[in-house]
Amino acid sequence: MNASSKPKLSFGEYLPKIVVAPTFVATLIFIYGFMLWNAWLSFSSSRMLPKYDWVGLKQYERLFANDRWWVAAENLLIFGVLFIVTCLVIGLFLAIFLDQKVRAEGAIRTIYLYPMALSFIVTGTAWKWILNPELGIQRMFREMGWESFSFDWLVNSDMAIYTVVIAGVWQSSGFVMALCLAGLRGVDENIVKAARVDGASMPAIYRRIIIPGLGPVFFSALIVLTHIAIKSFDLIVALTGGGPGYATDVPATFMYTYAFTRGQIGVGSAASMMMLMAVVAIIVPYLYSELREKKQ
Amino acid sequence: MKLSKIGLGIALALGLSMSAQAAEVEVLHYWTSGGEAKSVAELKKMLEAKGHTWKDFAVAGGGGESAMTVLKSRVVSGNPPAAAQIKGPSIQEWGEEGVLANIDGVATKEGWDKLLPKVVSDVMKHDGKYVAVPVNVHRVNWMWANPEVFKKADATVPTTWDEFFVAADKIKAAGMTAVAHGGQPWQDATTFESVVLGTQGPVFYNKAFVELDPKSLDSAQMVEALETFRKIKQYTDEGAPGRDWNLATSMIIKGEAGMQFMGDWAKGEFTAAGKKPGVDYICAAAPGTSKGFTFNIDSFVMFDLDNKDLAAGQNDLASTVLSPEFQEVFNLNKGSIPARLGSSMEKFDDCAKLSSKDFVESAKFDTLVPSMAHGMSTFSSTQGAIYDTVTEFYNNDKVTAKDAAAKMAKAVASATADL
Repeated sequence: MNASSKPKLSFGEYLPKIVVAPTFVATLIFIYGFMLWNAWLSFSSSRMLPKYDWVGLKQYERLFANDRWWVAAENLLIFGVLFIVTCLVIGLFLAIFLDQKVRAEGAIRTIYLYPMALSFIVTGTAWKWILNPELGIQRMFREMGWESFSFDWLVNSDMAIYTVVIAGVWQSSGFVMALCLAGLRGVDENIVKAARVDGASMPAIYRRIIIPGLGPVFFSALIVLTHIAIKSFDLIVALTGGGPGYATDVPATFMYTYAFTRGQIGVGSAASMMMLMAVVAIIVPYLYSELREKKQ
Repeated sequence: MKLSKIGLGIALALGLSMSAQAAEVEVLHYWTSGGEAKSVAELKKMLEAKGHTWKDFAVAGGGGESAMTVLKSRVVSGNPPAAAQIKGPSIQEWGEEGVLANIDGVATKEGWDKLLPKVVSDVMKHDGKYVAVPVNVHRVNWMWANPEVFKKADATVPTTWDEFFVAADKIKAAGMTAVAHGGQPWQDATTFESVVLGTQGPVFYNKAFVELDPKSLDSAQMVEALETFRKIKQYTDEGAPGRDWNLATSMIIKGEAGMQFMGDWAKGEFTAAGKKPGVDYICAAAPGTSKGFTFNIDSFVMFDLDNKDLAAGQNDLASTVLSPEFQEVFNLNKGSIPARLGSSMEKFDDCAKLSSKDFVESAKFDTLVPSMAHGMSTFSSTQGAIYDTVTEFYNNDKVTAKDAAAKMAKAVASATADL
């Protein structure tokens, strides 16, 4: 009896591991394996097809000497910072306003959250039409009689990156709102009541008590938004196509162009290694703090 | 009983011998739009008439970028298609990888060296042996114009760049858009190469874009060409950046704009709108380039496959592609002209006839040059480097022409450097 029940038990013990194993192996090969492959390619002289020789850091030197790469990197910085900050601010305020027990809150919440359901391609295409000076806002105002009205950011190489921010914020601030709203609902009513009894005004309560309490919510939103920003590719392809010129190129579109259309796989993989480093720089401290909290 | 058995035996034997000769020829191409798809269907029919089966491997995306990505993965995995649509110096890139098939046999038999101009046959050869077969010749240095617009503005169709700016000023003054432009890097480059050819001539063009001579790329002549190129911008409308080329063409068709610089594939748009060449629209060489001809040639490259039947299929495909019948049918649909010299142009329209005449003449006088913007003169990495500087210069007024020329030389050097 004992002998026969033992394997049963161990099968039960192994079952979760067996079930998870294929996913684990797939992740190992298709994510970490390919990362290593890409790292290897970035040290090779690969052009049109992969080659497996060793040229040291030459592809990185070539990448850093490339003007277009620095435009892409600067754009990512501008887009990333503005996109994240604006999303957080707008999301937070939308959540606070919605939390004032307004009527038809469910409907309003859905409206704000809906852009999130669209793909970035749809968002990009729609905003391309809205912002096009010959079709969209500028034309509308001019036809209404405001002849001198000008809004040509989409076709102005200095301002085009900000149109990407506009479209990105439109899409993602609803998501931050949902996160913040959940956080606000979790705030203990009694603390707010106690503060009111002490004579604190509502703005002061928000500033001193509620918003600081949302720290973990902001942190989660920050992580999600950051990786959306670094990976952003489809929004730019649909909205500006990287243009005018290459004024709105970001590292992801840069990498794609070099690796797949220009036959410079070496430079392309060096660029994607730089993107990986950027993600690692953000994710590792996050994982570290998460794991440390668990230990405590 | 016995008879039918014998009959069956014969049929089987026939069937077997048939299948031993017939091959399933897999062809990778990116001709998926209306006129192009029709042309491909014609090729399929002709190849099937020779007893082979056509396995269509179409990858959409006009520029063929996605097709090339798919092709790379197929070749790397050791399973290339029999033939693929690859053009220009990329043929040499693939040749270097040692994956192409030699079709010199059929080429010698049919005397291709005599059927093709030397500039064209050079592109089709790797290491002196034919590896590809040309399908058509596109002329890139066209200017499409709407005569109605010119009449309203009291302007004449320009033949030099000086005349161009006079005409453009008149059209602009008449309240219309002078130049219909699509602000995408390849369209910027298409216009730019016509400016270079028109203002600096074919000798300089070859030095800069074919030989990639750094002294020519960063020269006073290049600066002059760049400055002329930027001057065009003030005659375009605000909606130009990012616009697709066919939308720019439709501005000409509708009479909203006067001129467009685009290759002869634009003709398809006019034809589809029911417009007649010479009446509803004018096709003229870009200013200053009437003696020149920037070519863009589509071709099929054969891949080395360890299979005798398939090799026969590849030879038949190559022979079919260069046959006068296919060259005529295909190019009538596509808007280009036959690559085969001495083809009858009777059924073609006036634009194609002019193109064909200029093609033959420019080949004689060395003014036939490969299109940089369409990847005929350099590897894609170098082409990309030129694209970057040209489009950056055109769109960003803070970059001076002098800096742009210096940048171009630097970017080209970096892209061509061996590691």
